[in-house]
Amino acid sequence: MSEQKTDDVALEYSTHQGQMNIVGFWIFLAAEISLFSTLFATYAVLFGRTAGAPEPAELFEAGTVLIMTFILLTSSFTCGLAIHNMREGSLKGLMVWLGITLLLGLGFLGFEIYEFVHYAHEGATIGSSAFWSGFFTLTGTHGVHVTLGIGWMIAILIQLKQRGLTAVTTRKVFIVGLYWHFLDVIWIFIFTSVYMIGMVV
Amino acid sequence: MEKKQDKYPINHIIGFALSITLTIIAAWTALSSDLPVMWIIIAIMALAVIQAGIQLFMFMHITERGATHAPWNMMFHAFVIAAIVVAGSLFTMSFGFTHDHGGGDHEDNSGGAESHEESHDDHEGH
Repeated sequence: MSEQKTDDVALEYSTHQGQMNIVGFWIFLAAEISLFSTLFATYAVLFGRTAGAPEPAELFEAGTVLIMTFILLTSSFTCGLAIHNMREGSLKGLMVWLGITLLLGLGFLGFEIYEFVHYAHEGATIGSSAFWSGFFTLTGTHGVHVTLGIGWMIAILIQLKQRGLTAVTTRKVFIVGLYWHFLDVIWIFIFTSVYMIGMVV
Repeated sequence: MEKKQDKYPINHIIGFALSITLTIIAAWTALSSDLPVMWIIIAIMALAVIQAGIQLFMFMHITERGATHAPWNMMFHAFVIAAIVVAGSLFTMSFGFTHDHGGGDHEDNSGGAESHEESHDDHEGH
């Protein structure tokens, strides 16, 4: 789809610094995959060791989880539209779509906090059992990443407002976009291997 | 730079529609189908891998080139390592073991396996 893009490149690739930063961020994402793989492995090994705390199948609610998944998938889409607008040279479109992405991210976080509080009320906290430690560490690490991404996006929106579309700001937007899509990739695996399998087994 | 991409972000729209559809299929498979548990797990994990691919190729422009390309081979290896870490941990820590919470018959492996199977059946009633 984009192999013919070698002759003239998008603004974020226009400087050597920008290219190196983007390659470097891909390397960071590869390291993040390894980080999350250890958390997934811990969760999988500890699965079912609830030690008298509520079982996951009793607490997981398909409705809430599906809403969270759709919110995050949509935010990944709007983030893609933001990058698309940036490539069209539309600062306004970029900022609007990035703002929508930000709001969807906040919505996701709201649902996650609601979910954690609900579980804590039902007697499942990070200290209740090995299983729930694994669960809260995995989903909590993802939640922290989302929180970080939201703060990062706010900072970039301020910079865009002040400086407009330059080689530096477009590179920053592109990188935060990569980060946001990556969080969606991780969430897909949490949705599948934690919630769906947790409700089936 | 404008001429390189379509005015309409068709790739993103296809990717978004596909990811929503795949999520609904996965949720239906897990919650409403009568497939055996092992087949459900295999099916929804396969759907998750496809979804990750959609994100990488349709949203993250992993095939895109500046003057250098995105290190897609490194991402591929990261996924391989992730699969080895998860599968290897399960193999060394969980494979062949059971963990019944109630019984004191931990040394009796076959008995433990049976009670584990029973608890599986109970959960399918939910």
